[in-house]
Amino acid sequence: MTETSNGFAMRTERVSRQYAMGEALVHAVDDVSIAVQPGEFVALLGSSGSGKSTLLNLLAGLDRPTSGAIYAHEQNLAEMSSQELAHHRSHTVGMVFQAFNLLPRMTLEENVELPLRLAEVDRAERPARVREAVERVSLAARLTHRPSELSGGEQQRAALARALVNRPTILLADEPTGNLDSVTGDAIMHLLQEINRTLRMTIVMVTHDKVRAARYAHRIITMRDGKLVTEGAADEIA
Amino acid sequence: MKLRDLTELAARNLREAVLRNSLTTLGIAVGVASLVAMLSLGVGLQELASTRLSRSGLFDAVFVTTQANMRAFGGPPRPQSSTAQPSRKLNDDARRQLAQIKNVVEVYPEVRFPTEVQFEGKPYMTTVAGIPASARGDGAFDEMKGSFFSGPEANEAILQIEFARDLTKQTDSLIGKELVLRYAEKEPLPADDAAGKSSSGHSSVADDASSSGGFSLVPREMKLRIIGVVETEPATGFGGFGRGRLLIPLQIAQNLRIAQPTDMREMLRGNTGKPSYESLTVRVSSPKAVQGVEDAIKGMGFGTFSILDATKNLRLFFTVFDLLLGIFGSLALTVASLGIINTLVMAILERRREIGILKALGAADRDVRRLFFAEAGAMGLLGGVLGVGIGWLIGRALTFGTNVYLQRQELPPIDLSSIPWWMVVGAIAFSFFVSLAAGMYPASRAARLNPVEALRYE
Repeated sequence: MTETSNGFAMRTERVSRQYAMGEALVHAVDDVSIAVQPGEFVALLGSSGSGKSTLLNLLAGLDRPTSGAIYAHEQNLAEMSSQELAHHRSHTVGMVFQAFNLLPRMTLEENVELPLRLAEVDRAERPARVREAVERVSLAARLTHRPSELSGGEQQRAALARALVNRPTILLADEPTGNLDSVTGDAIMHLLQEINRTLRMTIVMVTHDKVRAARYAHRIITMRDGKLVTEGAADEIA
Repeated sequence: MKLRDLTELAARNLREAVLRNSLTTLGIAVGVASLVAMLSLGVGLQELASTRLSRSGLFDAVFVTTQANMRAFGGPPRPQSSTAQPSRKLNDDARRQLAQIKNVVEVYPEVRFPTEVQFEGKPYMTTVAGIPASARGDGAFDEMKGSFFSGPEANEAILQIEFARDLTKQTDSLIGKELVLRYAEKEPLPADDAAGKSSSGHSSVADDASSSGGFSLVPREMKLRIIGVVETEPATGFGGFGRGRLLIPLQIAQNLRIAQPTDMREMLRGNTGKPSYESLTVRVSSPKAVQGVEDAIKGMGFGTFSILDATKNLRLFFTVFDLLLGIFGSLALTVASLGIINTLVMAILERRREIGILKALGAADRDVRRLFFAEAGAMGLLGGVLGVGIGWLIGRALTFGTNVYLQRQELPPIDLSSIPWWMVVGAIAFSFFVSLAAGMYPASRAARLNPVEALRYE
């Protein structure tokens, strides 16, 4: 496995992802190189179809690049086996989605416990880990509720607890406020900011909301048609 | 993912689509039940046949004749080298020798003769057969009316049902009544008489008679008390099927010194000396020991015959029979396994997004594959257990129905189906592995799902 010694939490090196759509070739991510420092809060900004979610999926190890390299803590995801990628998703990164993606038939507690099961964490240790995660998102009182019994904001906080429960070093968020009203969305953004500050957790967030990106992120990377357009400090870009 | 977590998740998934999964499990259960019912019928019939036949007294018996008689029965010709030797006699010395062979329980001659019987003043022609005491354990006497002989020398008779019906329609009323056996006894001639001289007046014993080579036939009578009526005629000797209609204790039959057709032949051959037997039956401790005893007897220079070869053919028949039943039973299980494939493929479509979420949270392809395998295995295991139960019930129902019919025909009840422990374990294991095999395709398809596409699926 190729290693870098730059000390980045994540880094891509001329990464591309192409899809075949019939006879046409779609360049979803085209020759993108970015680097994220440990503890940094980065917003990937762009309109629909700009390739920001594809790039996030590549960083998460959910998808493989057509070319280029993706480094997470100096290990190249492009060269990992599917087993190693599963380990990366389980231990290195935590993910939150626009649609929350909680399992509807499981309670909040069971949903949050699920990554611990997959990571083969000792059963005795799990209740404390679940409690710690739900307390962080202020949902300790709703442990036995199913997702349908929670509001949108609560569901996203539950998803956040689930993403944090395995104590990853990087949090990847795909439009985390996309399905929420502005007040709830702001609350989620505050929570992400707090997690970033208190846990020193690296956050890469995909959004098309320029204002929020500028308000909460340290740095904004703008994409268009799969290419990196601008990159800079949030206040500069805004 | 650890086994316990895997099991818990699989159980949860099975519970969530309870109707569909229950129907699939029931499908497997019906498949296993048909397999178990078919096989249990095969095994039951096999057990029925072997129990009845082994208890007929034929399978633990070796029939011994002289080599000369063996040829008369169509036996193979003796090799040239041994033709020079005279055929060995089947006399009391030989009988004692046979009795000393390992695993031999009893050696007895076949005593069977046609004679006249008088019952309530009317004469009846019938065949009398001597029955050894060891025949008491034969299956033939299980269902008899009345009782077995009270002793080896009791003046008692057991009637075969056909003969009993000749005597009276009310066969049960015969028990306790008397009949008279009329027969011709061989009475030895004194040596002087045989030589055409005047008798010296001393009475001769049986063995002495043969030394003279002559005998006279004296009509005798013997009263016998009827103590039982038997449905099936027990096998009493070489080729002795369905011939003895009046059964008396063997010792009594021997003491009668009945004139046999072979007596004349022996006399003409000039076989003077100790009396010899036409044939002897050697009863062996178990059917397994028959081959060894038969070899030992052949080594002594006698001809032998046993039903061992017939049992081998019987086993072959039932093996093929079981195989055919098994194939028909398996067809139902094949249909059931298609049900598993269908259920799991449907589950993949339904749970596509869930699989995507699991993968996003760190589930490896292997975890997803094992989860689907566990679900298929659980359905197979449950279906197997349920199927064995249903199969057992079907077997019981068939036995019950058959016995109701048999009862109407005034026949004894039978156990038509049999489920030995190996069939229980085998059927459940078979169901489990067939289900796993059926789950293989859906499981690998689920494992190969692209998580990004799966997460996009609504």
